[in-house]
Amino acid sequence: MGVRPLLPTSEAGELLELTAEIGAGELAPRAAAAEAEGAFPREVFRTLGRAGLLGLPYPEQHGGAGQPYTVYLRVLEELAAHWLAVALGVSVHTLTCYPLAAHGTPDQRERWLGEMLGGELLGAYALSEPQAGSDAAALSTRAAPEGEGYAITGAKAWITHGGVADYYTLFARTGGPDSRGRGISCFHLPAPVPGLTAAAPERKMGMSSSPTCQLALEAVPAGADQRVGAEGEGFAIAMAALDAGRLGIAACSVGLARAALDLAVDYAGTRTQFGRPVAAFQGVSFLLADMATQVEAARALYLEAARTKDAGLPYTRQAAMAKLFASDTAMRVTTDAVQVLGGYGYTADFPAERYMREAKVLQIVEGTNQIQRLVIGRELCGAP
Amino acid sequence: MNIVVLVKQVPDTATERKLSAADSTLDRASADGVINELDEYAIEEGLRLKEAHGGEVTILTMGPDQASDSIRKALSMGADKAVHLVDDALHGSDAVQTSYALAQVLKKIGFDLAVLGSESTDARTGVLAAALAERLGVPQLSLASKVEIDGSTVRIQRITDYGYDRVEGSLPAVLSVVEKINEPRYPSFKGIMAAKKKPVEKLSLADAGIDPALVGLAGATTQVVDFADAPPREAGTVVKDEGDGGAKLAEFLAAKKFV
Ligand SMILES: Cc1cc2nc3c(=O)[nH]c(=O)nc-3n(C[C@H](O)[C@H](O)[C@H](O)COP(=O)(O)OP(=O)(O)OC[C@H]3O[C@@H](n4cnc5c(N)ncnc54)[C@H](O)[C@@H]3O)c2cc1C
Repeated sequence: MGVRPLLPTSEAGELLELTAEIGAGELAPRAAAAEAEGAFPREVFRTLGRAGLLGLPYPEQHGGAGQPYTVYLRVLEELAAHWLAVALGVSVHTLTCYPLAAHGTPDQRERWLGEMLGGELLGAYALSEPQAGSDAAALSTRAAPEGEGYAITGAKAWITHGGVADYYTLFARTGGPDSRGRGISCFHLPAPVPGLTAAAPERKMGMSSSPTCQLALEAVPAGADQRVGAEGEGFAIAMAALDAGRLGIAACSVGLARAALDLAVDYAGTRTQFGRPVAAFQGVSFLLADMATQVEAARALYLEAARTKDAGLPYTRQAAMAKLFASDTAMRVTTDAVQVLGGYGYTADFPAERYMREAKVLQIVEGTNQIQRLVIGRELCGAP
Repeated sequence: MNIVVLVKQVPDTATERKLSAADSTLDRASADGVINELDEYAIEEGLRLKEAHGGEVTILTMGPDQASDSIRKALSMGADKAVHLVDDALHGSDAVQTSYALAQVLKKIGFDLAVLGSESTDARTGVLAAALAERLGVPQLSLASKVEIDGSTVRIQRITDYGYDRVEGSLPAVLSVVEKINEPRYPSFKGIMAAKKKPVEKLSLADAGIDPALVGLAGATTQVVDFADAPPREAGTVVKDEGDGGAKLAEFLAAKKFV
């Protein structure tokens, strides 16, 4: 549905038009086949990079486009409405740039950031491990001192763009085994990374075009100049990056839900039963009304969180709420879209079933929705 | 190299297009204007030639005020500047008059290579490149699917029914392109921002040295005397498959002489 809430500037309008043009021309026509085949659309990301969509919320002086989150997230929503896996890829890439942009030295930014924000490079964000998912502070990949720098050994799990990324933003322990969140540091590792191997991608229920891999790290060398931020500062950086990343997931959720809603509305208007379009039955139109209301409420929530962030105010609680509500909305709306399409909703002839499978991941990544509730509860009641 | 790309704004082929009842000219107000699709390939080729050989890409558009949207888009793709021939007296000009007007502008601004799409999706006369080359007294390299420039020589592959011809000519020249030639780029966000600051020179008939008697609806060499809407499609024939669907389909196709 052509919902166009007010945008802050006319250039933001042009940016969204460009995004819609690329979405319709390059993403939508490829999505179904690439998902069916599990083919990673590297070329599509290059097109996005050339169009300048891979570093939108970062300062122009570093190679970004200096856009506020209210605008960047609308772009993500638009991309997700055409192809979720690509939008999520852009969100993950944007997340990988955060540590260098916010905590890199002028020298590090000079060396790496320009191509990450203004070029065609694609990054991976390596935080999760087989034994440390929700409890990321328990990660055990170790960066041991080696000469002037480090040697990193361990395993990462669930890494989006694993094996295809041009660089890894990776978190490893530099403190003692019990140092929890105080003993973690952040590293920038440009590919190819000697000693890093990616396993075959996980076989997932959706988003098959986006490779998600385990990484094995065997004495991966990293110079001291590849550590981003101070030793021990990594976990705080990772959590700050995730606050912003969660807003990206919220926007992607709204885009996916919007696509499912549009499909359901179209179908209900043309499918005739009992001599009328099924949309003429209140049982269907009320379902559509609830779907549309939830989509707009989810958008309002992520935009409010984005305005809070853009104003420089704390927004951890709002980001968690937006991610929680928007991804639950995507799950509900895509499930209902399958229902509206009846038997055809359950077939691969229509994208409704794919949307439903894709929605599920949004309730899991960048903090499961249980973890979002934990964050919100902690913000409300203080740390236990 | 001084490359001029001719860009025409046409009604979006995705929307309903019609002629105006008043004077049988295209109703440009009722449809969204977009860059003529083949001209996007011309812009892309102009930009690639500039990237390979240096120089400047100028967009040349003849059209009403709202054509400035298409000029902006061309500039956001990377062209350096634009010339917009805009004058009410041009309304209703036919292909011959249009070639005169554009040739006058090209003479005034100068060019090494004038690039254009081989036809437009609205009028589809497809004669502009030939007419321009004739009026300017320069070689015409038409229907190019590949272009090479070597010093002052232009070599192209010209698509034909049987494959392609190799054609060459010397600069300055007029070059028309087909969609096989490249894949037009999307504008970049930075390009969109930069386009706002690029110079667009507006020319009137007088500025361009165009004789008003030689352009416009009144003096057009051809006239659209009448027009009719395409007849609505009739309901199709439904072949119901009762075990013999294949045979019935074949019968239908044979009756229509399709097989
Ligand atoms: C497709 C995909 C892509 C991903 N991409 C990346 C990536 O690029 N980079 C990266 O670092 N990670 C990535 N992840 C990992 C993702 O962030 C984790 O899967 C997620 O954080 C959950 O961790 P886990 O899978 O280990 O689940 P667990 O932590 O084992 O959780 C299992 C269950 O227990 C619940 N639970 C756990 N702790 C609590 C608690 N305290 N209170 C209540 N409930 C709790 C969880 O909600 C969940 O329901 C990706 C995952 C997927 C599926």
